[in-house]
Amino acid sequence: MSDEIIRRDPRAEWIARNRLHPLHAAMVEQGAVEVRGPSGLIRRNPHAVGFIGPNGIKRIDRLNGNSQAAGGSRRSAAKAVELPLHKVESPEYYIAVVPDLVGGRLTAHDKDVLGQAHQLIAALNATGAVNGAVVAITFGDCREDGFDKAGADRLLQFSEAVFDGYAPEARIAALEQVEKSLAPRFWLFPDSVAGGFEVGLRLAARLDERPLTQAWQVGLQTTICRGAGGTSDISRPTERFLLLTPECANPVDETRHEALALDPIDRPDVAPALEDLGQVAVDPNSVALGEAEFILSAGNGIHNWENFHRAAEVLGATEAGSRVVVDDGYLPRFRQVGASGTWVTARVYIAVGISGAVQHLQGIAQCDKVVAVNTDVGCDMVKRAALSVIDDGDEVLSELIELVQKYRQGEVTDAA
Amino acid sequence: MQPKVSADLRVVALVSVGKHPSSGRARRADQDARAVEMGLRLTPQALEVIHAGDSSNSVLRDYAGMGLQAVKVLEQPPQADVLPALVEYLGASLPDIIMTGVRAESGESSGMTPYLLSEKLGIPVVTGIAEIRSVSQGYAEVLQALPRGQRRALRVQLPFIASVDSAAMPARQSAYGAAMRAQVEAEQVSIEVVDSVRASWEETPARKRPKRLKVVKAKTAADRFKAATAKATGDGGAVMRDESAAEKAKAIFDLLVEEGVLR
Repeated sequence: MSDEIIRRDPRAEWIARNRLHPLHAAMVEQGAVEVRGPSGLIRRNPHAVGFIGPNGIKRIDRLNGNSQAAGGSRRSAAKAVELPLHKVESPEYYIAVVPDLVGGRLTAHDKDVLGQAHQLIAALNATGAVNGAVVAITFGDCREDGFDKAGADRLLQFSEAVFDGYAPEARIAALEQVEKSLAPRFWLFPDSVAGGFEVGLRLAARLDERPLTQAWQVGLQTTICRGAGGTSDISRPTERFLLLTPECANPVDETRHEALALDPIDRPDVAPALEDLGQVAVDPNSVALGEAEFILSAGNGIHNWENFHRAAEVLGATEAGSRVVVDDGYLPRFRQVGASGTWVTARVYIAVGISGAVQHLQGIAQCDKVVAVNTDVGCDMVKRAALSVIDDGDEVLSELIELVQKYRQGEVTDAA
Repeated sequence: MQPKVSADLRVVALVSVGKHPSSGRARRADQDARAVEMGLRLTPQALEVIHAGDSSNSVLRDYAGMGLQAVKVLEQPPQADVLPALVEYLGASLPDIIMTGVRAESGESSGMTPYLLSEKLGIPVVTGIAEIRSVSQGYAEVLQALPRGQRRALRVQLPFIASVDSAAMPARQSAYGAAMRAQVEAEQVSIEVVDSVRASWEETPARKRPKRLKVVKAKTAADRFKAATAKATGDGGAVMRDESAAEKAKAIFDLLVEEGVLR
């Protein structure tokens, strides 16, 4: 205690009071906010708080240095955080994941399945296994660049032309080779109509395994699956083949992974019994709006409606509209996108003359690529869009129609 | 629309007992009924409908009421694995087209039946077809249902197995009189394999799955506040302002081509 007794120094106090004293500057610490005064009391200097901002006005940071994260400047807020890298050297076992890769990119379902794979590895590690790696196996054209963040430790890509389009037999032959060379501890597939269901069941039938389909709660010992067309839960022992429902597990979001390419695996050539004759043209307006893949949507910025309908026809896009144009009678009610209309899931959504009300943005929350055509650069749709064009909608659509017509005639070949 | 077929085509539809999604009552399974409908359109007189299970089940009459002369039943106990019986029966004289639903509405409903049959019988399987366009010279051209209402044309050699998707033509109504007139031909099968693995399973009514919560992993109060209030904006893509309309249209066009939505 005796150390903390503060002794007054009357002379120092006198000097501190007297600003004209030659020793005054030494007695009063300039710049420090809190100073122990000569009397022993804490003195706060309000003039020393804060800093002079770039415009010469004093700024006081009351967030204790967190102002960057709080969105003080928008650009720094968007700066990506570098996640810690999860490394697996010389893995002892693999968990194979075959993602759907709709349009060459990982779907949310695929990411859930990758997250489930890491949960299984964590559970296996708890039982004493070491060094498990998740290997993602892709076929055909792959445009995904986020395998590291989605949780793929290894990547096995079959990119030959054989695998393009619908080639289940070639894929199964390749996966059989993967089974022989890597012998994965688990095979995980998304149980989806986009392809995971078919590939998973074909491979399980070929390898004479009994798969767990519609699995939604997976443990090392038991798994709960949906049965009887989704009306019952079956609790059963976990097997090697798992077909997982969406949201079976949380996607990986706290680590980065290596996504190292594995050495290519030889695959036998198979003579396919199924011949892919290509996709058949379907009238895009006969497809339900909620499941349309490509939508051309009109808002208040459209004046030439004939041009809009022609554009939708030429592009092969499904027509849709914002609430305003539906209320005005330009489009039927079932074409309305947004909170009181349809929630769409399109891969590509072109919004022409839609500024983006909150209700409308809710309706397109699940769209992958949004293209905005608008005259107002500050509107919310432009903030949401992957590509924004600041121009009159009618004009851009006319140009687009011409381009696509030339493309169909084979004149524009160097696109993209 | 009647597809073009040759006269001696032999089509078999495998049917199961369905379950109404909300009442839980036994009914004709939706996809199986669509398979029967497709078969009736291919070969109105010669379609063979087979069920492996209990011949006294009244649901079979619902199928028969679609205009069938007979429904063939391979007698199996409820806990049996029906696959060996089906393989034996179908393998004895292989039909040209075997149709099933994609997934059953009762039991495990794994959807494995067509794939296992395909492996055991050594014939190809086509998943989720919506229509059979034509059958000629040993080949069939079928339309496969894809997600988002799309269709893909496939050519496959006979014989083959097809699972029929819910996008196929809806099944016709079942008529009571026709259902009563039709024969239910029970056939005693020598093979009975009990599915012993399944005995250990525990089956309960489906539990409602918890909704995924949006977990905000924010370190500071300011971050949490922002996560709770901020609008969901993208990462702010490219903005084109001063280019000509043609250049802007070209940029959109390139994006469409890159995404592969222009066909």
